[in-house]
Parts: sequence; C-alpha cells; structure tokens
Amino acid sequence: MTPQQMTGAQALVESLEHAGAEVVFGLPGGAILPTYDPLMDAKKLRHVLVRHEQGAGHAASGYAHATGRVGVCMATSGPGATNLITAIADAQMDSIPMVVITGQVGSSFIGTDAFQEADIVGMTMPVTKHNFLVKDAAEIPRTIKQAFHIASTGRPGVVLVDVTKDAQQATMDFVWPETLELPGYRPDARPHLKQIREAASLLLQAKRPVFLLGGGVLRGSASAEVTELVDLTGAPFVTTLMGRGALPDSHPSHLGMPGMHGTVAAVSALQRSDLIVAIGARFDDRVTGRLDSFAPGAKIVHADIDAAEISKNREADVPIVGQAADVARSLIAELRTRLEQDDPRDYSAWWSTLSMLRDTYPLGWTATADGFTAPQHVISRIGEISGPDSIFVAGVGQHQMWSSQFIRYERPLSWINSGGLGTMGYSVPAAMGAKVGRPDLPVWAIDGDGCFQMTNQELATCVINDIPIKAAIINNSSLGMVRQWQNLFYEKRYSHTDLNTGHGTRRIPDFVKLADAYGAVGLRCERDEDIDATIQQAMEINDRPVVVDFTVSADAMVWPMVPAGVSNDEIQIAQGMSPEWERDI
Amino acid sequence: MSTAQGSKPAAAAMPANTQTLSVLVENKPGVLTRVSALFARRGYNIASLAVGPTEHPEISRITVVVNVDQHSLEQITKQLNKLVNVLKIVQLDQRQTVQRELILIKVGADNASRTSVLEIVQMFRAKVVDAAADAVTIEATGTQDKLTALLGMLEEFGIREIVKSGEVAISRGGKAITDRSILG
Repeated sequence: MTPQQMTGAQALVESLEHAGAEVVFGLPGGAILPTYDPLMDAKKLRHVLVRHEQGAGHAASGYAHATGRVGVCMATSGPGATNLITAIADAQMDSIPMVVITGQVGSSFIGTDAFQEADIVGMTMPVTKHNFLVKDAAEIPRTIKQAFHIASTGRPGVVLVDVTKDAQQATMDFVWPETLELPGYRPDARPHLKQIREAASLLLQAKRPVFLLGGGVLRGSASAEVTELVDLTGAPFVTTLMGRGALPDSHPSHLGMPGMHGTVAAVSALQRSDLIVAIGARFDDRVTGRLDSFAPGAKIVHADIDAAEISKNREADVPIVGQAADVARSLIAELRTRLEQDDPRDYSAWWSTLSMLRDTYPLGWTATADGFTAPQHVISRIGEISGPDSIFVAGVGQHQMWSSQFIRYERPLSWINSGGLGTMGYSVPAAMGAKVGRPDLPVWAIDGDGCFQMTNQELATCVINDIPIKAAIINNSSLGMVRQWQNLFYEKRYSHTDLNTGHGTRRIPDFVKLADAYGAVGLRCERDEDIDATIQQAMEINDRPVVVDFTVSADAMVWPMVPAGVSNDEIQIAQGMSPEWERDI
Repeated sequence: MSTAQGSKPAAAAMPANTQTLSVLVENKPGVLTRVSALFARRGYNIASLAVGPTEHPEISRITVVVNVDQHSLEQITKQLNKLVNVLKIVQLDQRQTVQRELILIKVGADNASRTSVLEIVQMFRAKVVDAAADAVTIEATGTQDKLTALLGMLEEFGIREIVKSGEVAISRGGKAITDRSILG
C-alpha cells in the first residue's frame, strides 16, 4: 500500500473505517472539529448526532451489546469528554467493547488550563481497559488499530483515544499498519488441560453441581458451546443479570437468575451446591450476598478470560483461564472421553430438590393494595407480546429487576442493561444504539420514570435519525428501588423519592406531551384492561419512536430479595416471608 | 504513595509480609501513574517504590515493596499484568536477591558530638558528603535493616532531614530478567 498524504483528521476517519466501525455516536466541539469535517464525507462510517455526550456513550454500549461489535463514540475535549465518563465506566464494568474518541486541546496548550482542557486520559485511567493520548498525526492509524484490538479481545472493555487538535490538523502519510506493537498485551489464554481434567472429575463426582453462567458467555459468543456442555452434564444452571439469555430461559435445566433478586431455586441451588462451575461470571456481591456464607459447601471451578477475576472474591479450587467457548469445548471433549469409560453421575436427588423448589417458589407477584396496575404485569405482557425476537433494554432499579425476572429471554444479546455500575438513564440511549445495530428487531427501552428523565433527550436523536425505539415508562411516580429500601429499611420514611409523574400528581413532566414535543408518539395506559391493546398499538408504530406511559402502583416491590450484606440463606419471597426450608429440604 | 485507609482488613490482620516485585514496563509517559494508581484504587499499600530505565532504553523497571498477604500479592500481580504497558512482573525471592536502598541523612554534629557521629559513619561504612558548623550530611546504602539501625544510632544527635531512594533489588546469579524478548 503506497502512503497517501492526508490530515490527521482524515486519517482518524479512515482508520475508524479500516478498523471496521460502521457507526459513531457523537457530538462535535472545538477540539474535535477538524475530525468532524472529513466525517461529513465519510462513505462507510455513519455518524449519529446525539444531544448529550453521555447518550453517545450509552448508545455505543447498546450497539456493542446488541451486535457483539465494538461500539464507537466521539466527543470534544473538556466537558464533552467528561460527560462521557459515566458511560465509559458503565461499559467497562460490564465488559462491553467500546472505543471512545475525544478531541484534546492543542499539544502546546496541554497543562495550561486552556479553554475546555481536561486531562481525560488521567481521569479515565481507572475506568478504561487502556487509553492513549495522541499528539502526533503519524501515530493515529496504529493507535486506532490498537484501540480496537484491545477493546475487542480478551476480556472486552473500553479504550479511549484522546487526539490533540494539532495532531488532527497536521499532515501525515497514511498507511494502515500491519502490526500492532503491543508487547505487554497478551489476551489469548488457552484453558489448561490439567485444570480441565480436574474440573471434569469434580463434575462427575459432584452430587449437587450448578453452572453459574455470566456475561462472559455472551461476550465470548459461547452460547452454543455452553449449551452443549450443560446438556452433556445434565446439571442445572443459573444465569446472572449480565448472562440472561446466554442460554434460553425455556431450557429445562435453567433455574433462573441468582442473587439479590434471584429466584428461590437459583439462590438455593448455589447455597446448597457441592460444586459451582462458573463460566464468565465474577462472583459479584449482588450474586454472592455475604461472601463468607455464600455456597459454604461448594467447591468452585472458575473459568474466566480474565485471570484477575479468579479467586478475587471467592477462592477457586480449580482456576481455568480461557475464553468461555474454549473452556466449554475442552470440558465437553474431556467429559465425553470419561463418560465412555464410566458414568458415576447421580444428580437425581439434587434434581428432585431443585424441581420442588422451582415448582413451589416460581416468580410471581400479588395484586397491588391500591388497585393500580402491577408493574410486573405490564413488563411480562411486553415480553409476551413483543416476543423473544426483540431486544429489551432496561434502565436501573425496580423495572430493571422485573424486566430480568418477567421477560423470557430465549436468544443471546436480547437483554441489555447496566449491571455493574447500575447507571440510571442507561435505557433510552442504549436502546437507540441497539436499534441502530439491529434495525431488523423491535427494541424496547423498558425504563423507570426516574431513569427516563435523566436521558430522554435522545428521543430527539431517535426521531431525527429514524431510529424507531419503543420506550415503556414503568411510571410509579417515584425512584422506586430507593423507595423500596426506604419502605423496608428506613421505616417507610420516603425521603426525596417522590417524582410527581404518576396518578393524582401534577405529572411533571407529562410524558405523553413530552413524547409529542419530540415528534414521537406518546401513549398512556392507566388500566389493566388497556395494557395489551396499548402494547399492540406500540408494536404497530415503526416509523418513529413510541413512548408509552404505563402508570403503575408505587407500592409494588421486587421479590424475592436478599437484603444487602446478609447471607443468601436469608432470602425472602415477600415481605417478612422466607421459604419453609425445614419442610422443603 | 501510602494508601493506608484503603488497605484490606484481611491484610491488616496478617503479620507484615514484605514482598519485592520487579515490574518491567514500557518506557512511555504515564506508565508510572498507571502502576501507582492501580495500587491506590485496589487498596494496596506501597512500602517503597523506585523507578528507572534499564539497559534497554525502551524498558523501565519499577521496584515495588509491599506488605501484603499471599492472596493480595496474587491479586496485585494479576491486576498489574492486565495493564497494557506492563511487560513482565517478577516476584523476587528475598533470599536470592540483593536489595539496596540509598539514604541521605542530615544530622546535628557540633564540635562536641562530631567525633561520635563520624565513628558511627565509619562503623556503617557510610560517608560524609557535606559538612557545616552544626551538622553533617551522611550518605549510606544498604538493606532497609541496616539503614534503620544507622538511623537508630544517629537519633540522639538530632536527625534534621532524611531522604530515601526507595529500595532497588536484583536477583543473584548470572541470569537477567530483562531479556529483550519480552518486547515481542
């Protein structure tokens, strides 16, 4: 390839195209202006102009979630860049591959507190997988190549590339580099055969095994391999909040989601197991509850592509570093060989306990005391009517937990949410990104009235750019999850959680009017008997975004619940109600 | 560099367990920040840190001394390994390693006490690098134990100022850990 002379800005756009980016979510400003000029003429790269940089970040994350590709966002220096930080931290926590491009003040201004100067590389060091400051136009192509490689390999994550204005303006000879030159980056660990053998032995000897499947199964595109492994063993599995949909909910060995709002069967299975085989899960505190009483009798096989996750929280008996698919394939091969000689497995007593728990304590909800709609009902109907060939994107809070609990996920990458960081306001922009990545599928933003008010300005982006998402506001007129904790742990003192958006309030704002003002369709549903028809109506609108204001009861709570900091054995199925273990086990 | 508030309760309960890590990194801007910030945000204390170039100009060597239990040490090593600019981490075996620190000590020494101070300097094979009417500045190198003992002996004369280089360490024998092959 003969070098082509161009500006750093042209090289940046060219490099993004070479790296395979097809869309970038962003908002221009002074320090990134040189790049926005060639971006206008880009042939293969679509730019979506957002209304707030945080929206660009979450959109890139939603796009990456839905497609498995690297999401890209772009902003200017200073406040443009700092507005991205929440989205960066969010994506990094959930191992979402993302490349973030920020403009930086001219290199001679760095360190002078220049206008719109912020040390974004310094600020994002703790919340990125890696980041770069580029001050020389000639370094742009290789840095972009490195950024995409780092973001998408090993444990995926966020890479920020900060490019000074003078580097964008300078002239350089463009060549797309062949080599990466990352001597300290070695992401491709292979599962160790000795550990695979040990894991297989434990699986064959165990009486009460459980697979704990996390987001790593999805990020590693390992659903087929892990399904085969689960089927071969006949052992039950649970899917974490980040792993929902990795294997279909309808799979007969599925026990549901574990953790703080997990099913009784999933939580109990982990607590009572004698072997946990974790694949792409990180023993997060929301899953383990009080760590010293988590699964006290279980040996742990922990497979993860990130060695630092293994034995970080819970000591692993058998550590396996590798991609989820490789681990599953290796385990399948080893188990097949062993099973040809001898099959010592006997999980029948275990399954009879688990089946009883699953049947006795299914997820459900009770009618609301105030007579208003049960939010769980709305969410389950959206899931049923829209069906598994949809993408559901939640914000953070009660509606997020109910969306995880009451929608059946049958397909990988059909469930998108902010798991690790728990970022309110994630839903609308992430749904926008998901819809850009998967225009062929209905994309529902299932949001709370609190969350929606944090980022709904991206409805403008959706309308202008023809991104017809469907937003369902589960409007309980309050910061629902906080209110639930105030109800349970703060003597029902509802300090500053009332949002005045629902029944009998001034409805500030009126979400239907707000949708209308944005040029979207606004619908309101206040009665149980209208739920299905309203969802149907929303399903039929595909030429612009729809916002449905489902006004629901503020008193509904997320159950089951393991209160923070206590043992998972303390799981409650409703307020003050524990499963009857003596009778049941 | 100390982050005492963030230290892990488990580590605090364990007896002090001093470990020396040699961290070979790419010689690029910001790499020291990445390494030290990682210690801070993961809640690990750095007892001492020294950094400088190696025989290969593109590689720098950071010598970190930490007081941690085995579990924390493993975590630190794994987390450091995830930093893209970190090339190699070697945990130095205390018995197979030469460790040295340099210290400069400004200690009170007038006509009455100077002779006693100089005796101590000789005893520790240290040297006087500056002198004034009422003080001398002493340069000493050695293990942390030796330097602690030296400071103890000088204390009665009035230590006015000290500066330490941080510990550097190298393994005994003929092998080098800074093989150029680590640059890939």
